[in-house]
Amino acid sequence: MKFLTSNFLKCSVQDCDRSNDNFPLKFDGEKCQLEQDEGLEFNPEFLLRIIDRVDWPAIVSVASDLGNTTLPPTKPEFANEELSEEDMIILRDLHTLLIQTNIVEGQMMCRNCGHIYYIKNSIPNLLLPPHLA
Amino acid sequence: MVKKYLVFMVQVHLNFRLAELESLADLHGIKTVDFAQYDRDSPFFIVELENDEQAKKWISRSILTRAIYEYWGQGKDYPQLHASMQNDSEFQHRKQEHCNASFKFEFESFGGSSSGKLDRVACIESFQYLDFKGPIRMKNPQQIFTVIEEYEPLNDNEAGETPLRVFFGREVQRSDRFCGALEKYDLKKRPYKGTTSFEAELSLVSANIAQVKPGTIMYDPFAGTGSFLTAGGHYQAMVIGSDIDGRMIRGKGNQTIKANFKKYKDSLQFLDVLTMDFTHNALRSDLLIDTILCDPPYGIRESIKVLGAKDPERFAGKENVEIDGQKAYLMRDYIPTKKPYSLDALLDDLLHFAAARLPLNGRLAFWMPVANDEDIETIIPLHSNLELKYNCVQEFNKWSRRLLVYINRGPNFNGPANVGLGRSKEKFRDRYFNGFN
Repeated sequence: MKFLTSNFLKCSVQDCDRSNDNFPLKFDGEKCQLEQDEGLEFNPEFLLRIIDRVDWPAIVSVASDLGNTTLPPTKPEFANEELSEEDMIILRDLHTLLIQTNIVEGQMMCRNCGHIYYIKNSIPNLLLPPHLA
Repeated sequence: MVKKYLVFMVQVHLNFRLAELESLADLHGIKTVDFAQYDRDSPFFIVELENDEQAKKWISRSILTRAIYEYWGQGKDYPQLHASMQNDSEFQHRKQEHCNASFKFEFESFGGSSSGKLDRVACIESFQYLDFKGPIRMKNPQQIFTVIEEYEPLNDNEAGETPLRVFFGREVQRSDRFCGALEKYDLKKRPYKGTTSFEAELSLVSANIAQVKPGTIMYDPFAGTGSFLTAGGHYQAMVIGSDIDGRMIRGKGNQTIKANFKKYKDSLQFLDVLTMDFTHNALRSDLLIDTILCDPPYGIRESIKVLGAKDPERFAGKENVEIDGQKAYLMRDYIPTKKPYSLDALLDDLLHFAAARLPLNGRLAFWMPVANDEDIETIIPLHSNLELKYNCVQEFNKWSRRLLVYINRGPNFNGPANVGLGRSKEKFRDRYFNGFN
């Protein structure tokens, strides 16, 4: 699963929707195996549209779970017209992080109920046992 | 000022064709087309548009169209066509506009052919009054002038040989179909597919009617082998899918949904697939989903299941089971139990989800199976926030399926509703396996 997808996933347990701790899920950095998919080409327009949809504090939080503490606390802003060279550097970094970083194996936990979800063969499994369904 | 254009369509999937043209016109804000002139029985549709740019946008994505031409004239035969072209008040202007461009002539036909009886060269020479001064180029000419002959078939099996009508136009845009989309997405050539994969043609048509837009998020909650994700990716949406059956979305070896996207050179558009029960959804509630496009399980090739125990007593207390001091349900290889669910309930959930998650005017499109021989009327699920825009039927022998397309109009819409009322008396699966008797 792409790093980006962590920004879309909350806990599946419906009761946790009443809590503010069901998003983002907490990643276990020690157990996560990452891979870079260099085949995915950099496309600044595509990325800008993605960044528009992203919950930035959750990006910072998951990046920190995975050992990256270099992100700025607020969402970078980009000029509407022409992107500066500096903008492009930031966008390239974000492309590497959000799009190219693939979590192949790992686990993530709901900070409210403590349920653990696994990522296997790059696919997160968000199914629930009957007592939580 | 508007100009006349000729749309040349294909005479297939007629229950979908108008919906596709309307949806694509709406998507591009084209308002000059008079759909009252549309004729279901004809492959030709003469429309008014502001300019070539509009025509290009409108038709480039179309699957049930062949091409759009700037309309120059028509006649019952060639002499009438020539007269119609030369008598048009715009004729002198049109002739001048492209008189120095490199060009070629092409012939298209519908419903038959001249069977080689027509001398093409002589035919082209009969247009010499056009007075084109540009060079003739068979490869990459600047303009293509097209003669379209319409024949009346003698009967279902025999093509006609005498033209009924002849059109002349300047080609403005070939459709996605004409440019090879069906061959590209042909299931036979797809690395990863399964028994539930949806054919290329109608999955692309579905994406058009659902107005999947470049750069927006499309979600398929019953992704299976990813047929609709593929169609969404083709139209440059960022696609995300989920399925309760992890095996389907995982694929095998090199045969994966990801490999399909790679083959189609749409890798960037593919966000992820998740093993997830749609009815226990993990997509955060404030994530904007622009379009939902899917083919829910009918309960035939795949059963309809959701998370939970069929027999809750059997599972009572199982949450306390431990293996090596760890809760069994928290282990990596734990497989949760699932219970049967009805198609009605699943579609109700889908409508509720769409009403909650889609932006205003966002579209939900899904396929629903219907047994044909039932005397009772087919009841289409309805939600008070969603306008049922299209209900397009694809007939099979004893059953049919419908593409239902809804537009989210928000809480003030107050449309008719029947969600939660248990619409069908019998299960589609039981009817199917009883041969609809």
